[in-house]
Formats: sequence, C-alpha cells, structure tokens
Amino acid sequence: MLRASRSPVAVLWAILAAILVYLVVAVWPDWLIDALGRKKTFVNTLLNGLTLAGLYFLVASGFTLVFGLMRNVNLAHGSMYLLGAYIGYEAAAATGNWFFGAAVAFVAMALVGALLQVLVFRRMQGDDLRQTLITIGISIVAADLMLAVWTGTTYQFEPPEWLFGAVELPIVSVIRSSGDAVMIKYPVYRLTVLGIAIAVGIALWLFLNRTRVGMMIRAGVNDREMLAASGFNVQLIFALVFALGAGLAGFAGVIGGTALSIAPGEDVRYLLASLIVVIVGGMGSISGAAVGALLIGMAEQFGLAYFPTYGAVLTFVIMIIVLAVRPEGLMGGRI
Amino acid sequence: MTRALRNIAPGWWILLALLVLFPFVATEFFVLQIGAYAMILGIIALSLMWLAGYGGMVSLAQVAIAGLGAYMLPILGTNTQDVMGLGWPWWLTVLAALVVSTTFAAFIGIVAARTEGIYTLMITLAFSVVVFYFARQNYDLFNGFLGYAGVEPPTLFGIYWRDPTPFYYLVLALAVSLFAFVTYASRSTFGLSLQAVRDNPRRLRALGYDVTAHRVFAFAVSGFIAGIGGILLVWFNGRLAPSSISIDITIDILVIAVVGGLRLPIGPFIGALAFVLLDNFAIDLINRERFNTVIGIAFLLIVYFSPDGLLGLGEKLSSRLRQANRRTKEPAKLAEPAE
Repeated sequence: MLRASRSPVAVLWAILAAILVYLVVAVWPDWLIDALGRKKTFVNTLLNGLTLAGLYFLVASGFTLVFGLMRNVNLAHGSMYLLGAYIGYEAAAATGNWFFGAAVAFVAMALVGALLQVLVFRRMQGDDLRQTLITIGISIVAADLMLAVWTGTTYQFEPPEWLFGAVELPIVSVIRSSGDAVMIKYPVYRLTVLGIAIAVGIALWLFLNRTRVGMMIRAGVNDREMLAASGFNVQLIFALVFALGAGLAGFAGVIGGTALSIAPGEDVRYLLASLIVVIVGGMGSISGAAVGALLIGMAEQFGLAYFPTYGAVLTFVIMIIVLAVRPEGLMGGRI
Repeated sequence: MTRALRNIAPGWWILLALLVLFPFVATEFFVLQIGAYAMILGIIALSLMWLAGYGGMVSLAQVAIAGLGAYMLPILGTNTQDVMGLGWPWWLTVLAALVVSTTFAAFIGIVAARTEGIYTLMITLAFSVVVFYFARQNYDLFNGFLGYAGVEPPTLFGIYWRDPTPFYYLVLALAVSLFAFVTYASRSTFGLSLQAVRDNPRRLRALGYDVTAHRVFAFAVSGFIAGIGGILLVWFNGRLAPSSISIDITIDILVIAVVGGLRLPIGPFIGALAFVLLDNFAIDLINRERFNTVIGIAFLLIVYFSPDGLLGLGEKLSSRLRQANRRTKEPAKLAEPAE
C-alpha cells in the first residue's frame, strides 16, 4: 500500500533526475539555449549551488544537532562561524599553513561551544526562550567585539597552492563551428568544498549510526529524559554535541572564508542559512540538513543567476510550501 | 465608559499630564529625539509585547511587518528618489500601509501558528531576514540598497506635522491610544481566551476553541500596531532603507521589549525610554563605537537575572521595600496576600 502510494512520486523523481542528467551531459540544441540561455551559465549555477549547499550543510548540521538534542536554538551559531573564520585566519596567517588554520578554528570553536553549554545553558535547561534570548545577547556582543578586533575589512584565506586554479570538467559547453568542443572549467577549491561537505556528512552519519556515543545522541534526540533515566551522563553528551556543532561552524568558517570571504555581517547570513535549512529539512535531522541545504543553496544560486532581483522570494516560497505541507520539515523526526 | 475611566489609577492620569506638559519645559531635542522617538520604538515593541506577553508567541518579524507597511508610503505616495512614487493622497497611502502590515502579519501568523514556542521564533526570524534581503536586492519596488528618502507627513489643518511639537503630540496620542487599546484588548473576551491559549493550547482546543484562529488574529492585531509604529518611524526619519529593517533593528526591538518587560503594556515603553537614553547619552560614558556591546551586556544581565525585565525588577524592589516597611511599622500584622 505504502509502496503503491509512493511509486508516482518515485517516477516523478526519476523523470526529474533524467532531465537534469540530460541538461548537464547533452550539447544543448538551439531551442534549449533560447529557453534557458547558455549552457555554461546553467552548469556553473548548478555547481555553484552544489558547493554553496555543501557549505550550508557544514554550518547547519551542527545547528540542527544542537537543536535536536538540547532544544537549544543557538542564534549565536552565525557568530561561531564568523569567529571561527577570524581565528582560523589569524592561525593560518601566523603559520602559513591553511590546514593548521582550519584545525585551530575547529578546536577553538569546539572549546567555546563546550564552555557555553557547561557554564551558561546548563543552568537554564528546559527554559527554551531564555536560552534563545541568551544566545541572541551573545551574538550581539560577539558581533560588536569582532568588529572592534578585526574591523570592517574583508579578509580572504589563501588556500594551499594545489587547490588554486580551475579544472576542466568532462562536460561539453558548446561545440564551436570548427568542430572543437569547449569544455566547462570550474575552480578546484569549490569542488573540494563539495567533497569536504560530503565527507563530513558521511562521517557524521557513521558517527551517529555506528558508534556507541552516536547511539546515545540519537536516543537523546528522541527522548532525553529516558536517556538520563537509563543512567547515562547526559550532561557530558550535551557538552560533546555542543562542542561538535560549534566546532563544525568554526571549521565551516575557514572553508567559507576561502571560497568566499570573511566580513562583518556574514554571521547573519549563515545564521539565516542555518535557520532556513533546518526549518525546511526538519529540526534535529542530519539528512534533513543535507536536503535543506541542497534546496536552499540551489534556490539561492539559480535565483541569483536567472532572476537576480527576486531571488529571495524563491527561498521564501520554498520555506512557505514546506511549512504548509510538512510543518515539521521534510525529514522531521528522522536523524 | 465613565466607570472604566474612573477605574484608572490616579498614577496614570499624572503620567499622562506630565507627558502632555513635557514639550512646554523640554528642549526640542528632548521632545523629538528622546520623547517622540522612544514612544515610536515603544509602539513597535508594544506589538511584540502583545504577541509574546498575551499570546506566548515571541515574534522576531515585527520590524519586517512594520517596515513592509512603511515601504508603502514612498512606493504609493511620494519620495525624492525618482523610483516608484505613485503620488497617492496621504490618507490612502497610510490606509494601504496599515492593510499591508496587518495582512502580512496575519499571513505570518497562519504559517507560524501551526508551530509552537521556539519554532515560532525561528520561523519569524527567518521571515524577517528574508524580507530584509529581498528589500535590499530588489530595485524595481524597494529601490534596493539605497531605499527611499523624502517621505513626509502631510500638512493638515494648517499644521506641518513633522514640526517637533505637533509630531510629539501626534505620536503621544497614538501611543496612548494603542496602550489603552492593548490594555482593553487584554481584558476583552478575546484577550482572555488568547491568554488561555498561551497557557494551555491543548485544553483550549479540547474545549472547542479554535486555537489557530486566535493566534492568527493576535498576529493581525500586532501587525496593525506595528504598522502604525512603522509609519511614524518613517515620518520621523524621513527615509527608509533596508538597513531600517535589518536584523540589528529587529534585535533592538526585542531588546527593548525584553528589557522593559513582556508582561504588561507599559514595559515596552519603559524599555524604549531606557534604550533611547542609553543610545543618546552612552557616548558620554563609553566609546560610542561599542554601544552594541553595552546594550548586549545589559540585555544578557536582564535575561539572566530578571526574566521579567526592568518592570519585574521594579516590582521586586517595591515589594521588598513594602515588606521591610511592614516589618518595622506593624510587626504584629500578618503579611497581606500579594495582589
């Protein structure tokens, strides 16, 4: 019965996937170029959307884990992204090693996150609103202090040299009249971002589904009282998850700061991205964060490329449709 | 009506008289930049207080609601940017602004009312930031990053309403009316059932109340209040840009409402006065550039130590004092039950 009711949806997905594969692989005929513009724009937008989705996933997965387990809406999550980026920048600039910067950003933010959980949020457990207000207060102060230390200048990381430059993809853009095929080029670093996001996603999935601690976290997301009653040290798990979430945000700061740039105001942008990704994907769900990040990243990039002054409306519409159809999010209730 | 008026404690009449007499003794700066500005921010924060205090829905979309309505003034009325400006008469643009604010708020209510508690906060925040980004990237309607300038209140009855004293009285009249309206509404049948919905939605649903409809209507009312605040704010500033509806302003309004106190309608006005005073005079105490740090820390302290805001702090102090008095003066008498 369930299978029967799902099959039309599955067919629809299959058709959509086939169309997408055709659009990417085929050399576009003239009528398609008339309808959608140049193929290069389309493929680049698609890849930009994918890499942005990867970045959003890195930021939002921590946000959704913290929310799912502790019911703590950490509105300072964007500040952690930005602070991680700045700290990582300083570390990378001091040592000249990009990887060291990324590691320092992760560790520093993980420490900040664990401290916040132990010193502040633990004292007001169960009082969602107060916790959230505290995180807003922290984000105000953090944004202002970061502005004081790092000023309004825009920073950009220098990635390791072998990540510089563009790579030719095995995708034909157009065939010249001479018969030469023009291939599509894309920055290596951006593809690396996508790879990192996928690797982190798989690692998180393995951690949550294949380890003992992951099992405790999943149990806690479902019913934290029961987990505590079963004799597990819930506070330790909470601190661990908060550290992991904050650390991922800081790490994402370095990744995002390399792909794009670091500047005041970026905290709000990534906070908004996390919020929407989590609302759309379902709160507390890692797979939801992946789906949500994909939707929002694509919406943002395609909006930017094809209707630049109405792009935000697209995000808006996605959010409203999801909330109207599934208020708990697309993957709500699943890890 | 007369009985209702007689029931108002004398303290309120004294406060009202002081506010009416204020322009006679104060300088123009105090009348406009402190008095009128604080009351305008108070009105927008009042719309949040109404939702959060009586409806239990902390909405971070109030500034976006007020701003979207206020954008109708330069778009439909007149502005000096050569973009849009359809030249409608002032009363029609004001009406349109209020309709837009109320409708948009009701719309947010429909979406947000399906969720509860902290979800409402997240969803309204997401809405508010999306409106900000939309206003910033759209040049056809909102004139993008630049926004609009030259938005003025009308000249009516021979009075130019942007002059300090008339503007102050206009704001005062609206603030007092809205304050009275919210107080009245909170005691009306709707207000009482809204508070019951806040306290126990499941029970109310079981009793046959339409919980969602109550929430949506509460949102619409808050949109109307915020809309009035938005119109006054754009008249006050004369200009409107995406930065006027950014997340910073949203958080300022939240800070005002929370610091003032979310339980009673006077709270937002107390918070707004404190905020405006700090905004104007903190420059003498600290480096002006670190204003947000001061505001943020004050906010953190209030949330941490007095969840009811300055209002709760004041009540705590006065009840302490009363207890101390009672102990010294009439040691034999038992403590009266709290009112």
